Amino acid sequence: MEFAELIKTPRVDGVVLRRPFMPTVEGTLCLTGHHLILSSRQDNTEELWLLHANIDSTEKRFVGSLGTIIVKCKDLRVIQLDIPGMEECLNIASSIEALSTLDSVSLMYPFFYRPLFEVIEDGWQSFVPEESFKDLESMTDEWRLSEVNKDFSVCPSYPSLLTVPRDIDDESLCKAASFRHGGRFPVLSYYHKKNGMVIMRAAQPLTGTNGRRCKEDEKLINATLCAGKRGYIIDTRTIAVAQQAKARGGGFEQEANYPQWRRIHKAIERSNVLQDSLIKLVEACNDQSHSMDRWLSKLEASNWQSNVKEILTTACLAAQCIDREGASVLVHGTEGTDSTLQVTSLAQIILDPACRTIRGFEVLIEREWLQAGHPFQQRCAQSAYSNGKLRSEAPVFLLFLDCVWQILRQFPCSFQFNENLLIMLFEHAYASQFGTFLGNCVAERGKLQLSQKTVSLWSWVNRPQELERFLNPLYEPNNLVIWPSVAPQSLLLWEGVFLRWNRSTKCLDEAYQEMVHIIEYNKELQNKVNSLRRQLAQLETEDSPLQTP
Amino acid sequence: MEHIRTPKVEQVKLLDRFSNKSVTGTLHLTATHLIFVESNSTSAQEIWILHHHIASVEKLSLTTSGCPLLIQCRNFRLVHFVIPRERDCHDIYSSLLRLLRPVSYDELYAFSYNPKQNDQQREEGWQLIDLAAEFERMGVPCDQWQLTDVNREYKVCKTYPRDVYVPITASKPIIVGSSKFRSKGRFPVLTYFYQEKKAAVCRCSQPLSGFSARCLEDEHMLQAISKANHNSRYIYVMDTRPKLNALANRAAGKGYENEDNYSNIRFQFVGIENIHVMRGSLQKLLEGVGTRSLSMTDYLVGLENSGWLRHIKAIMDAAIFLAKAVTVEGASVLVHCSDGWDRTAQVCALGSLLMDPYYRTIKGFMVLIEKDWISFGHKFADRCDQLDPDPKEVSPIFTQFLECVWQLTEQFPQAFEFSEWFLIQIHEHVHSCQFGNFLGNSQRQREDLQLKERTYSLWAHLLSENQNYLNPLFSPSFAESHPVLEPSTQAYHFKFWRNMYNQYDRSMHPRQSILKHVLTLQESNRELEGTVQALKTKLQKFGVNTSPLKPQTPPRECSLPPRPQSLILGAPLLSRKEVQQEEDEEVFGEEAREDAPASTGGERTVEGSSATENSYGELMGSFGSKNEPGVVTLEFGVARMTC
Repeated sequence: MEFAELIKTPRVDGVVLRRPFMPTVEGTLCLTGHHLILSSRQDNTEELWLLHANIDSTEKRFVGSLGTIIVKCKDLRVIQLDIPGMEECLNIASSIEALSTLDSVSLMYPFFYRPLFEVIEDGWQSFVPEESFKDLESMTDEWRLSEVNKDFSVCPSYPSLLTVPRDIDDESLCKAASFRHGGRFPVLSYYHKKNGMVIMRAAQPLTGTNGRRCKEDEKLINATLCAGKRGYIIDTRTIAVAQQAKARGGGFEQEANYPQWRRIHKAIERSNVLQDSLIKLVEACNDQSHSMDRWLSKLEASNWQSNVKEILTTACLAAQCIDREGASVLVHGTEGTDSTLQVTSLAQIILDPACRTIRGFEVLIEREWLQAGHPFQQRCAQSAYSNGKLRSEAPVFLLFLDCVWQILRQFPCSFQFNENLLIMLFEHAYASQFGTFLGNCVAERGKLQLSQKTVSLWSWVNRPQELERFLNPLYEPNNLVIWPSVAPQSLLLWEGVFLRWNRSTKCLDEAYQEMVHIIEYNKELQNKVNSLRRQLAQLETEDSPLQTP
Repeated sequence: MEHIRTPKVEQVKLLDRFSNKSVTGTLHLTATHLIFVESNSTSAQEIWILHHHIASVEKLSLTTSGCPLLIQCRNFRLVHFVIPRERDCHDIYSSLLRLLRPVSYDELYAFSYNPKQNDQQREEGWQLIDLAAEFERMGVPCDQWQLTDVNREYKVCKTYPRDVYVPITASKPIIVGSSKFRSKGRFPVLTYFYQEKKAAVCRCSQPLSGFSARCLEDEHMLQAISKANHNSRYIYVMDTRPKLNALANRAAGKGYENEDNYSNIRFQFVGIENIHVMRGSLQKLLEGVGTRSLSMTDYLVGLENSGWLRHIKAIMDAAIFLAKAVTVEGASVLVHCSDGWDRTAQVCALGSLLMDPYYRTIKGFMVLIEKDWISFGHKFADRCDQLDPDPKEVSPIFTQFLECVWQLTEQFPQAFEFSEWFLIQIHEHVHSCQFGNFLGNSQRQREDLQLKERTYSLWAHLLSENQNYLNPLFSPSFAESHPVLEPSTQAYHFKFWRNMYNQYDRSMHPRQSILKHVLTLQESNRELEGTVQALKTKLQKFGVNTSPLKPQTPPRECSLPPRPQSLILGAPLLSRKEVQQEEDEEVFGEEAREDAPASTGGERTVEGSSATENSYGELMGSFGSKNEPGVVTLEFGVARMTC
């Protein structure tokens, strides 16, 4: 298919762009296969380059022959285009509609994007499971890398290499896989160096209504316990939801069959509920009525903050089991690709200082989200302005980022990265020139040949010029476990994402720069003092023979 | 002291408000304080509670472990003691009941507090703020405004200061006539003069208009205010009450200005609720945020139902209206409510702060409070329940003003010389009765009490430790680019002030404070600059010429990374003692302490950095949970900055 077929009017002059808190721009609107471009053709005026993939929905209005298209983006921005001429407007609108909802992945922009920068470190090669396993091997010999899923036949959503208990053979893994939803048998997620406790993750066991059991599954997870020790199973669903799952063949671990484990149920919402929550929250944030009661009640009704609190609480609970109780943890929900990953990845941020560095955080995203098979393409197909006909969209990853932001707010000096990194990840998960977040699992990405045909997000992020934007000037490495507060008073609305386009940030920007300046100046002075001291010491030693006879 | 039945009780348990933790210690009762000293000798935390800070004491029903005593403080501290013997509990309870209700001013702490200053220092402290100088700074007296001696003897208005400023054309008969037509004699007087446009902010109380009464002198008075400003043909009259309230007042012979009787006024209601609504609102707010294991839904519903942020926004909206009228239209504004000492004080003070950068400095903010609150007779004694317990007079009017200022500091992080610690400290002392400034209800009463001779001034105390209250991001040049603050009044810009209303619930606060961190760096920068100079002088003796130190003008090009979308300045308020303790700990490094055996630490300064206190879930310690590790301090101290 040629994009040209979809573009009826490639160019319109005299289009006016309106955005909140920015001057209006008048210029020429151009449509290309992947971008909507508005250029005033004047110096010093910002141009608009908008990826079609970033467009969540559009609305059109007419007053006489002047048409207006409201473009609502997945990054939550809303812009208005005033287009003279009814026909032009209709053409543009239908082209945008068609181009922003292309079905075929291989037509997406990442397959056409050629980087204007030199790729120094190929992000596709940056994170290999073997590397992380080497680290693990240096700490313990209890685990091995299994190739049982080499051809993705045991579990389609898992990567080909998986870390499993040393004493469990591949045959048992296959049997355990057949007992877990989607074949997602328990695998290692995190090893806590301090006490050797581990976090494992899986999907729900397929106990069904008649209480099926699987010896291999029991053996597999028991193999992760030290002699005489017990562990916790954190089921991210309420007991009622878990009970209902039995009717559909799912279920949860029965105490009788897993006597060494204690099960805890939490209440993280399922994806369709979360999507509804996001839509309501963004609707509340865009309400311009200035009424306090209306704002608070809409914020409450969206349930977004409740979701943040519940996810963070569950992650803290998992971390508490590991670090405070000295007990290993198995986390699962239903499919093990959503709430499970939120919990395991957040627990690692709390427990492991390495995850609070930029590199470590990238490794975490790669391992716990991309490799672990979070279906990014399905979940991020639409954002908060999606109307109707939702399939499996859900802001699961955005909620995870929000929780990270909450911890960052409470420990502003303990992260090497700042909020910009989190916002950038949110944007790129929903629309990007890079291939990283395409596909739903490792197997799909392989089929799409992403590593050959597209550029990795990490290739771009890890360039020194880009990294600078994401560095937290307040960072001072902190090797402690960091326990965030989950009291509602401690959890805030993530303004950087949800109010990003609804406020002017000039005063806040300037204040941040002043803070950076104070920090930089301090470093400069320290260096100055050190060099002067050295100089002085040198002179004094040179002089001293003269003074002492 | 005759009211103290039991000066000391041992083996008292102090329960944490939000978790199941408790510590054991000794309770001491002195003439001024209730003191709890933890028994653990290595890290004995002490809690000092001023009797004046106690709002209520409640004896709960006896339990197996003892008799619970619940103490609620005006600074939003809530302590829950369990006293082993009921007899002791009763003694403490009845002593406190007597002690927290002083019957005469002489019993207030301010009259016994002695910071070891001599009379001269005390006097200097009281002279720090000079309102005559403040009016001069605004450019008053001038060709249109003058000082009148009509109230020199407090004869015209008992609750006004002696010195008030009125239009030149307002003769004494007009003033006296107008005062007779105004509630409590509070006639229109100048409170702020916007020199640039010669526009005045005046304040008064409601007119005694009833359904039809009018007063020529009062009409002349408003005319005089209008005439004093050539920039505008009209003046605004802002009635800060909801229209319904004002209407109801008419039945009692009071009310509001009839536009037909006054020439060239533009009358406006702005709808701020009365003291009773505000009192109820704060109570609901505190009930909400004081709940254990509060869910997000209950928190947000509680916040909404309390109406607190709605009231804060209403005050802010009114102040913005005032500032716009004066600075944009150049019109003079007359502000009143019923008596003109609550809502009027809020709106005039906040409006002035929006218009004049001086009030955003530490000294200027003191002047502002002195002017619009203390001198114009905000009834601190009644509103803050200092003496005569009339619960219907108590109301958090001044607290709301402080909060509005805090909301502004969140939107304009560089506009204020002071940080929220300053606001919280002022709030603390408005209720402490430790200093004379806020005692009594009016200037006249303060003179009768001879406060300047018998007590000390808070302002001197705060100025002496002002480095604790500095905002490190304050930029004096901000005032040049933003002489008038124009805050957004979108609802989502108003936030719950956790560091005020949950200030003692430290487990809720960020564990690392950017404010503290940056303040420390800034202090370190000053020291380092000194060190550099000293080293250079030494080097010069060796004949080495060093390049001059780069001036502190930042290279403000785009080399700086862009700012993340939010900035946290919130920080727990620590007593200096606590800060010192944390600094001391800092020296030992963090890792060492993480693994320190539990016995050495107990819980020290870092409430909340532990997993159990946050109550994440129902572990119930079934597998024999381990003790908490010693100390997990994540605060930043000064120690590492020195080189």
